[in-house]
Amino acid sequence: MGVGITVEHLNAFYGKTQALWDINLIVQANHATALIGPSGCGKSTFIRCLNRMHETIPEARVEGFVRIGDLSVYNGTSPTQLRRRVGMVFQKANPFPTMSIYENVAAGLKLNGFGNRKQLDEIVEKSLRGAALFDEVKDSLHKKSGASLSGGQQQRLCIARALAVQPEVLLMDEPCSALDPISTGKIEELIFQLKEQYTIVIVTHNMQQAARVAEFTGFFLLGKMIEFDKTEKVFTNPSDKRTEDYVTGRFG
Amino acid sequence: MRTRFQQQMEDLREKLLRMGGLAELAVDRACQAYTERDLTRCQLVLENESLINAAEREIDELAFDILATQQPAAVDLRFILAVTKINADLERVGDQAVNIAERVMDLIELPAVELPVDIPRMATATSAMVRRALESFVEGKAELAQAVLEMDHVVDRMRDEAFIVLVRTMNEKPEVTQQALDALLVARNLERVADHATNISEDVIFWVLGADVRHHAHAAASATTPRTDNPQ
Repeated sequence: MGVGITVEHLNAFYGKTQALWDINLIVQANHATALIGPSGCGKSTFIRCLNRMHETIPEARVEGFVRIGDLSVYNGTSPTQLRRRVGMVFQKANPFPTMSIYENVAAGLKLNGFGNRKQLDEIVEKSLRGAALFDEVKDSLHKKSGASLSGGQQQRLCIARALAVQPEVLLMDEPCSALDPISTGKIEELIFQLKEQYTIVIVTHNMQQAARVAEFTGFFLLGKMIEFDKTEKVFTNPSDKRTEDYVTGRFG
Repeated sequence: MRTRFQQQMEDLREKLLRMGGLAELAVDRACQAYTERDLTRCQLVLENESLINAAEREIDELAFDILATQQPAAVDLRFILAVTKINADLERVGDQAVNIAERVMDLIELPAVELPVDIPRMATATSAMVRRALESFVEGKAELAQAVLEMDHVVDRMRDEAFIVLVRTMNEKPEVTQQALDALLVARNLERVADHATNISEDVIFWVLGADVRHHAHAAASATTPRTDNPQ
């Protein structure tokens, strides 16, 4: 099952440049939460702070408090421990090109020393089913490489790979931006199903996508969280003029 | 940015204002026709109806086009929803004007009689409601729309009074029953026009404030804190 996320007074920096300013947010477990905002507003930086990817950039640092379930992200938790519980899907599908479909999904578990072949088979199938990909690839699991799949299939393969380590939270950074409408529809349908088991945070430039898949939406601007509310409210009657100007296309 | 979209929204607004002008004119003409027993004005109202119907279709088509192609959100989405509902109300206002004109055409055939009811006063109040409801749309001001909601009670009371005195007249002077019945139907048509003006005002409040004030108008409107910026 998914777990909730609590963020308090989060500030993020790239060297001397501050990218996030005092972000406070509670993400509800087993819901999809969308983050929207113009390019450079800090939404990707924000989700990269949730799984400690931000600090992998030289001179980048984070201040503040983040808790995912019972884990204090920046206090006594290693990045490896954290990332077993927080999966991430990126803008561009990035399957391991030399590995088969099966190996791509199993990679995370194998890296963690998981060796039981029978159980591995079961988890790979379950993950591929969870990512709505199994029926399309079941006859070529070992024959085809991940890179031979279509763009939409590759993205679902990456989702299956993230699901295989049985995370509680799934972070998605513009997962459909390189996909056609059919593939986008499949991923959105998948997000809808996945939130029964996982907590999902999705960054998207596509506002209709946020409106379709997320129960809650946060609007970022210039590194600040301007508004966070139920998606329906944000897209029909936002409280802040800046949010309204953005969702109506008056800027951004 | 979004210039085509903004142009379409402006077109929609202008078309609705023209439609509003036609509906307002129809009510005014029908009321003058009643006061002056004027057949020519009645015919103008009937001819005007096809223009109103055509305008209604044109507005709906443009609104659907914008919804389908632009996926508007927030204040823009509320504006388009409000326009489609106001459009339907204005078309019904036109229908009520036609009903009044038909009653007047009937009355003209009958001997003129004095009736103890002030239809012109009721017509003035109703026309003012339509005009102010449209002004609230033009200005994008919820407070103007709210004032129209208050006026609806006044017109309702006029209609109730008209019913009482006209039914009494029919009992006391059976020879004027036909004229009294026509006047009573005109009073009811005017009250319906006032109801449509009320609906238009509620839609303006929805557009401007995002508040649904239907059926519980005052509580909902006062509970909603408007932003200070104009939605236009």
